[in-house]
Amino acid sequence: MYWEGEKECIDRGTLKQLQLERLQSTVLRVYMNVPFYRKKFDELGIDPDSFRSLEDVSKLPFTSKDDLRVSYPYGMFAVPLREVVRVQTSSGTTGMPTAVGYTRNDIKNWSNLAARILVSGGVTQNDIVQIAFDYGLFTGALGLHYGAERIGASVIPISSVNTKRQVKIMQDFKTTALMCTPSYALAVADTISEMGLDLSSLSLKYGLFGAEPWSEEMRNELQGKLNIVATDNYGLSEVMSPGVAGECALRNGLHINEDHFLIEVVDPETLQPLPEGKTGELVITTLTKEAFPVVRFRTRDLTSLITEPCACGRTFVRMSKVLGRTDDMIKIRGINVFPSQVEAVLAEIEGTEPHFQIVLDRKAAADEMTVLVEVSESIFFDQVRKQKNFIERIKSRLTSELGIPVEVRPVEKQTLERLDGRVKKVVDRRLV
Amino acid sequence: MLILKNIDVFYGKIHTIKRVSLHVNKGEIVTLIGGNGAGKTTILRTISGLIRSSSGDLILDGHDISKKSPDSIVKTGISHVPEGRLVFNPLSVEDNLLLGSYNRYSMKNRSIIKSDMEMIYTIFPVLKKRSKQLAGTLSGGEQQMLAIGRALMARPKLLLLDEPSMGLAPIVIKEIFRYIVELRDTYGLTVLLVEQNARSALRIANTGYVLETGRILLQGPAEDLLSNRDVQRAYLGRDVDYEI
Repeated sequence: MYWEGEKECIDRGTLKQLQLERLQSTVLRVYMNVPFYRKKFDELGIDPDSFRSLEDVSKLPFTSKDDLRVSYPYGMFAVPLREVVRVQTSSGTTGMPTAVGYTRNDIKNWSNLAARILVSGGVTQNDIVQIAFDYGLFTGALGLHYGAERIGASVIPISSVNTKRQVKIMQDFKTTALMCTPSYALAVADTISEMGLDLSSLSLKYGLFGAEPWSEEMRNELQGKLNIVATDNYGLSEVMSPGVAGECALRNGLHINEDHFLIEVVDPETLQPLPEGKTGELVITTLTKEAFPVVRFRTRDLTSLITEPCACGRTFVRMSKVLGRTDDMIKIRGINVFPSQVEAVLAEIEGTEPHFQIVLDRKAAADEMTVLVEVSESIFFDQVRKQKNFIERIKSRLTSELGIPVEVRPVEKQTLERLDGRVKKVVDRRLV
Repeated sequence: MLILKNIDVFYGKIHTIKRVSLHVNKGEIVTLIGGNGAGKTTILRTISGLIRSSSGDLILDGHDISKKSPDSIVKTGISHVPEGRLVFNPLSVEDNLLLGSYNRYSMKNRSIIKSDMEMIYTIFPVLKKRSKQLAGTLSGGEQQMLAIGRALMARPKLLLLDEPSMGLAPIVIKEIFRYIVELRDTYGLTVLLVEQNARSALRIANTGYVLETGRILLQGPAEDLLSNRDVQRAYLGRDVDYEI
């Protein structure tokens, strides 16, 4: 099932041509219409007429979240305000807010791209869609809302209300598709069982979850507890949220809407492009946005690209589920390691709690990584051999996953250092 | 069907077309709009081989045609209807049409060409009525139809149309544009249309490109360009401020 099949299954060669045309005109327009980019291009001696291939995108300067903050609220708009039909802000969880605008065409494109994501997640015009994201200046809810209406689904714009009421509405209205963050979906699942409801009294079939990283284990849990097909989607308010990418029914990576976005994955430290399949920071250049185009926007989200064709027929490249934020990245013996990788391995191995701490030391000029794992008491105290085996399993899994030697030490529950109730994921003692 | 990638054209030392990239899909009307001197006609003339690009790729159905001569480009399936129509005034309508088939004219082909001409007359019945008349005596609209008919006589896959509405009355423009749509919808022809009359062009086109000083400033679905206010202000003769 596709929403815009011709575009979603476009021949790769035609796509490259389209991307080139759109990149060339985007570069021209940001130079002509956005003083921030004009100044930056002039400083760096970039000729906006000199872009001849998609690889030339690497000549462009990066745009950071800070650039957007400095120009808050309207500094980065590429059209006069009278052409803007909507203004939204970023979620603002990480400091000063940023504002973005949309023209009428932008809203139309956004609706279509959200519709693509909904359809690839299984939603049709026969579905009843419950949107439990916050409406308002946060962009997620409205994006999905317009997409769902575009498809012709019935939309329940419930926003965030208390979870019992959420479940009641779900039951009364026979909701078939739930849209929220994965962690909220888990809360919904728990509330359903607390309320003693039988899953068969609900009509849920699909869950489209996003706005935060979540693991395969969480997907399995949600699919089991809610009896749904759960798909991931990706976006960010500075670019389009949601709308950048979404999973198809095969649930093996998120198809990026490449006709609207040019994607790169770069090493967050050296900023050099990474080869396919390597994990790094996602960088986005918008190709069709009118009001708020961005070039080489650093998302700070970590992912890798999958270029292998997907059995669903879509030709768009896929990005892996977001692994975390670049701010979480640690470099050990020259290799980038993300706490989320450790988390995934631990969750995979039965019996562990997700609480762990990575401790880094430097001995004889070599980095050493130790993972402290809080394990349940029964394993910890009872059988020494079983415990040893268990630790060995984690150790060998981690070592092969990360490609560096890892030590694993079990610790008792609740013994890891906590900050505001959360375990500090990384303790780096190499600097001392 | 047709792909231009980074086409550069110089007139002497003047860089008139700057790394223009565009593509035309089979069965679509693609329009190139822009002000006077933006380079629209130059692009069409480059495609049909009348002007040489200094660099870039010009690809028709997977084959590079950038080094081909104008007449062999006609043979590969591109017909050019020039700005100002340029029909042969002292010749009859029929002879004008016949000249359009010069690339495949032979005694052997006579009956095929004859039936092609009948086809043109079916599309443009007025040309049949005027078949013996000298082209110079036709009205502007009829001359435009003749120019299109002459181009069709080469049996093109792709028709390049340069300002078909130029100098015509609004009601005649409407008629010509209806014919262009018919050529796409009924005869499956692919059209690259250059127009100053941007609104009419965007209304019938699938995709549009906005050209400014030799560069493509915007590209996208024609309906999106119609609702883009920059395009409206600059090319659709409409000042949004006044309307509010």
